[in-house]
Amino acid sequence: MSNELTLQKPSGAAAGSGAPLLSIKGVEKHFPVLDGFLFKRQVGAVHAVDGVDLEVFGSESVGLVGESGCGKSTLGRLVTRLLEPTGGEIRYNGQDITHASRKELAPIRSEIQMIFQDPYSSLNPRHTVGAIIGAPMEINGINPKGGVQRRVQELLETVGLNPEHYNRFPHEFSGGQRQRIGVARALSLNPKLIVADEPVSALDVSIQAQVVNLLQELQRELGIAFLFIAHDLSVVRHFSQRVAVMYLGKIVEIADRKSLYEAPRHPYTHALLSAVPEADPDDNRERIRLTGDVPSPLNPPSGCRFRTRCWKAQEKCSVEEPPLVQLSGNVAGHLTACHFPEEGSTAAVPEPRAEV
Amino acid sequence: MTTQAKPEEASSAGSGGDKPFLSVRDLSVRFSTEDGVVRAVDNLSFDVSPGTTLGIVGESGSGKSVTNLAVLGLHNPDRTEITGSIKLDGQELVGASNRELEKLRGKTMSMIFQDPLTALSPYHTIGKQIGETFRKHTGASKKESRDRAIEMLTRVGIPQPTTRVDDYPHQFSGGMRQRAMIAMSLVCDPKLVIADEPTTALDVTVQAQILDLLKDLQQEMGTAIILITHDLGVVARTAQNIMVMYAGRAVERGTVREVLKTPQHPYTWGLLSSMPSLTGDVDVPLRPVRGTPPSLINLPTGCPFNPRCDFTEQVIGGGCTSERPPLAPATGPAAACHLSAAQRQDIFIDQIKPRLG
Repeated sequence: MSNELTLQKPSGAAAGSGAPLLSIKGVEKHFPVLDGFLFKRQVGAVHAVDGVDLEVFGSESVGLVGESGCGKSTLGRLVTRLLEPTGGEIRYNGQDITHASRKELAPIRSEIQMIFQDPYSSLNPRHTVGAIIGAPMEINGINPKGGVQRRVQELLETVGLNPEHYNRFPHEFSGGQRQRIGVARALSLNPKLIVADEPVSALDVSIQAQVVNLLQELQRELGIAFLFIAHDLSVVRHFSQRVAVMYLGKIVEIADRKSLYEAPRHPYTHALLSAVPEADPDDNRERIRLTGDVPSPLNPPSGCRFRTRCWKAQEKCSVEEPPLVQLSGNVAGHLTACHFPEEGSTAAVPEPRAEV
Repeated sequence: MTTQAKPEEASSAGSGGDKPFLSVRDLSVRFSTEDGVVRAVDNLSFDVSPGTTLGIVGESGSGKSVTNLAVLGLHNPDRTEITGSIKLDGQELVGASNRELEKLRGKTMSMIFQDPLTALSPYHTIGKQIGETFRKHTGASKKESRDRAIEMLTRVGIPQPTTRVDDYPHQFSGGMRQRAMIAMSLVCDPKLVIADEPTTALDVTVQAQILDLLKDLQQEMGTAIILITHDLGVVARTAQNIMVMYAGRAVERGTVREVLKTPQHPYTWGLLSSMPSLTGDVDVPLRPVRGTPPSLINLPTGCPFNPRCDFTEQVIGGGCTSERPPLAPATGPAAACHLSAAQRQDIFIDQIKPRLG
């Protein structure tokens, strides 16, 4: 890592104290479903994100996990304001950006950056690496000391690529290297918050570890806050201090990493954890077999949304929606939305492997 | 295309006592391209016994899928050079005619593809696609094949099979499509099923369902399964034997317990320690394998893993860059590495094991 980086430390307070860098309250995103010929009528709506509260503090990493279709990527796009929310409120550094216009967003956009999932489709194949990484600076009219090219080469070095490859095209790089280019592009404007949408799921295991290490190193040294969206629970655990579990457009459980992975209270979290295969032949955890698929977000179940797949569901679950609250016996900040929570003592993760 | 000169029936390197159903010996697959010859698979030997699962693990481009397409005879013969021997229940497949292979594909051996959305035809109903294989191999009528399709859908756990049989693939969810794929590949009760990354496109909860289903069906029908995956966790849950591949070669072989508990090859060590676990330490960085996989056109001399290996200096005589290590011993757990067995054991206990937590 080059030490010549000229990124200013975020002025915000440390994690857990002070005002949050990003605060989301009751955010909703409904995609209209249209039908009819000539005159389109709205016949329904996909409730992709349905009332999510989340806070991200400066230099903190928050993980967001859930199955495909649970709305985690949509939430990421709402935060970067690539999508406009249907309802709720998004505040960045105290400033309301829920419905801010393009012009109003311009200064904030440089502070919130995104890393995309697919390193093959997120880089323009006709642009050189230099042009790709330099583009954000050009668009924002920033002229760094020593010129754009020097800054780009500095960034290439930061992410572990050869600065002489400035003039190469994306197809000349492997998947892991391309993802590093994506990271360099996200860093080019000295962001304070990076939304990383499945940044490593398209990569091979050995390469995945390289990129995770790179991101972690950057997070520590540059103090960037991360919203880390992924479906791989082990990667999220490794990377994030706090983890939120989403199901069908809602957060069902949020906690610091230790209590979420060691004492999950929501049945869904428990089921997700028990489904993760571990590379250990002695792994004899009790497995919860969830049946069926995630229900359609077009027409989500009444009450608790997980009740159609939950083995604990009772009448109350279909009538009353459980609020996201701190249950008795939970540490502060561990919120669960369930009427009949798990004990929390159930060993959801395997016992640490015994030393022989 | 040449078949091997002497048939090596005697080398029963099978895992169990019974005769292997599929036996691959010295298989090499080469493609001619504009840039040169791609040695996708090089000198590979393995066996699969009935009722057992062999997990083939490796990164993309390590030759896992190419090997299995060769077993099924799905490579274009004009561009591919296949040498060695593939014996399915005693029948030689290398050099077999397309007609012979067609009789076997779908009936004796079948495949489950990674992405069910691209592997299923969007234009035909699920029932028709499942029934097609059955009609072709048994000469059943349309009515019979439809009944068979419904029976198969019931077996893989699709709700309301009598109505879902007339649905199109887009009306199914990802997990259900993969179940339909499994139903299709099992419709003629094949003796060998090759599952190429069957759960990579699925969520963990659905992945667990599909793996359980494959296991149940295997117990019921005694099928031999080859499970291709890059996820060591999936292998630990389903397979009995593992083969780790790197750059078209097998670098380690053994039972699940042997390979995951006492791995012998530096590449396997790298794979295991680069995976974050649900219990490991979170404040230490992961230990990735450095560098990137080699190009198959221009392989490094000697051991193909030597540019990424941390232990080349400890090899007495330094053969890593000059001589390719064989997969030794010939039977049982084996690793293709120049380090001596004692050295490997010391390194594993002192350096690797503590990392795995």
